[in-house]
Amino acid sequence: MLFGLSWDTDHGELAFAISILPILLRGLLVTLEASIAGFAVALVLGLIFAILKSARSRWISWPAIAIAEFCRDTPLLVQLFFLYYVLADIGIILPAFLTGALALGVQYSAYMAEVYRAGIEAVPKGQREAAHALDLTNARTFTHVILPQAVPRVVPALGNYLVSIMKDVPVLSVVTVLEMLSVAKIIGDQTFDYIVPLSMVGGLYLLLTLVASTIVRLIDVSLPKTGLPLR
Amino acid sequence: MSWVDYLKPLSQGAWVTVQLAVFSTLLGGVLSFAAGIGKISSNWAIRSVAIVYIEVFRGTSLLVQLFWLYFALPIAGAAIGLDLRLPPVEAGVAALGLNIGAYGAEVVRGAIQAVRPAQHEAAAALNFTRRQALWRVILPQAIPEMMPSFGNLAVQNLKDTALASLISLGDLSFRAEQIRNYTQDSTTVYTIILFMYFGMALVLTALMRLLERTVTRWQRAGS
Amino acid sequence: MTEPIIRFDKVVKRYGSLVVINELDFAVAPGEKVTIIGPSGSGKSTVLRILMTLEKIQGGLITVAGEPLWHEQKNGALRPAGDAHLRKMRRTLGMVFQQFNLFPHMTALRNVSEAPRQVLGLSKQDARERAEELLKMVGLADQMQKFPHQLSGGQQQRVGIARALAMRPRIMLFDEPTSALDPELVGEVLTVIRRLAEEHDLTMLLVTHEMRFAREVSDRVCFFDRGRMCEEGKPEELFTAPREQRTRDFLRAVL
Repeated sequence: MLFGLSWDTDHGELAFAISILPILLRGLLVTLEASIAGFAVALVLGLIFAILKSARSRWISWPAIAIAEFCRDTPLLVQLFFLYYVLADIGIILPAFLTGALALGVQYSAYMAEVYRAGIEAVPKGQREAAHALDLTNARTFTHVILPQAVPRVVPALGNYLVSIMKDVPVLSVVTVLEMLSVAKIIGDQTFDYIVPLSMVGGLYLLLTLVASTIVRLIDVSLPKTGLPLR
Repeated sequence: MSWVDYLKPLSQGAWVTVQLAVFSTLLGGVLSFAAGIGKISSNWAIRSVAIVYIEVFRGTSLLVQLFWLYFALPIAGAAIGLDLRLPPVEAGVAALGLNIGAYGAEVVRGAIQAVRPAQHEAAAALNFTRRQALWRVILPQAIPEMMPSFGNLAVQNLKDTALASLISLGDLSFRAEQIRNYTQDSTTVYTIILFMYFGMALVLTALMRLLERTVTRWQRAGS
Repeated sequence: MTEPIIRFDKVVKRYGSLVVINELDFAVAPGEKVTIIGPSGSGKSTVLRILMTLEKIQGGLITVAGEPLWHEQKNGALRPAGDAHLRKMRRTLGMVFQQFNLFPHMTALRNVSEAPRQVLGLSKQDARERAEELLKMVGLADQMQKFPHQLSGGQQQRVGIARALAMRPRIMLFDEPTSALDPELVGEVLTVIRRLAEEHDLTMLLVTHEMRFAREVSDRVCFFDRGRMCEEGKPEELFTAPREQRTRDFLRAVL
């Protein structure tokens, strides 16, 4: 039994598959929640990194660059274990789900920072010069001129990373987050039939990434290439 | 135990990680070219196999692929009378290689298609066969374009090796978890291996950059 | 004329619904030097590309050295040519491109020797010797180890000519060979082409805007307009006394 649902091993493979589908879908829901949570953390942390990395003082930018590189080049699994055990050791008890989201966020924050930087740099220099000539403040230039133009360039890359995050969620199973893969493995452990659950998870993942990629592409297409319209 | 005592078992684990990374990257490299070139082949059967392989291994989670090869494949094999039980090392190398190969295939395909069409025409005019044109004209021009992405994929693969510890492969992460279980000293152990992975990643990045410089030597001739 | 080495018979070429070559009848004698002139879109480059088998035809028949080019005889009937037949036919032809299209990852020497080695099966030594000889002939003896990006446009094009000649074709096709060159580099390439025309028995088809050069070098000039050959004749005749109005209009605009 999982999530209060049980499965049917007495009527052949197909009945088994059908009976575990609702359970896997519950796991899929957790996968989605974890993905979005991790994505949100990555977006915020990434922004912080991006700002720190472009700071004028080298005392700020260099450590920021080093830490971002560190987060990027070390495995998610190890970062997850580190956060899980170390936070507990210093007395911060987080639910496993949040620890997982935090780990995902840390791992992807470095990538997000890069995406932000690339998107902002891709806005033609002339835009900044024009804003300066029109005497707009730096802050207003950023929020009303640069940012709206950076968004269309940034969305496809961010969207692709969201899909990547979805594929990394199963790693969270090691801290007992009941996402799709761990659900399948538990079913497999208890029924000795791994093929059906694992193959179904594979299929569900294909579906999930396909839908997610399509949504990203649709958003990308619907965004005007020149930037978010400001009325 | 002090942290210095951790270093010996961790180093053994690190050596396993390195071997795992090397073999899976090599496998991935071969698959990248096979599938990347296969995807633009004129033979529809080859094209289909390449497309299915790429879509499946890019569209599903690596851990799912790893678990499938380790837990599900033996059962599938038994059903058709074959012994397909893979020990952790083989399953790990296979899953990692297949996974990174699918991503690499798209890099290969993209770089090949980015070579100017005029080069194909020049090769055709000189009567090269399509295979000769691919190997002697197109690929040498495509490979420099692939290198930056290959560098990223190599580091990604190195990070992914940590997942093999989940099927009991004695790599760096596995050893760390062993030590943690024994000593309950999480912070020290995990900090050490974070830095060990970081160090390996930096070395790998340097190696890939060296490789990139070698294959682009002709671009820098005379300057 | 004696048995033509190239013959176009009511050839049609379309890109989608756009007709680029419109039932063209055209013939070239062996050893003849023919220049094709005309406005852009007239189909002149397309004729060369079709001959080099870079473009398919949708109608008509082309024969090169007596054999059909885009068709082959199979079981007594004419069928669209297969790969093997096209490769056989390509041996007769060589092409020089407007954008040179040298292989950027190979030295000049390698660019010229690679095809003889890989396609004709020459030994490494023989291919190298042939390449050296040809590069000397086009005046690039001391640039053999340079890569294309180290050479000027004119030098690159001369390598391109040597590369095509290395395959010993019977017919050489020049597709606007100097159009992509800075004016001061045009002369060196034209000199090489002129020497080829004067000293060799090659059949040469030249598409160019260099009218003076065309006049000096050609046996015959053909004016193409909208996918058809509008007028042809000896250079002195066509340039000084064109018969067709469209020819006159074109020449007036370019000369």
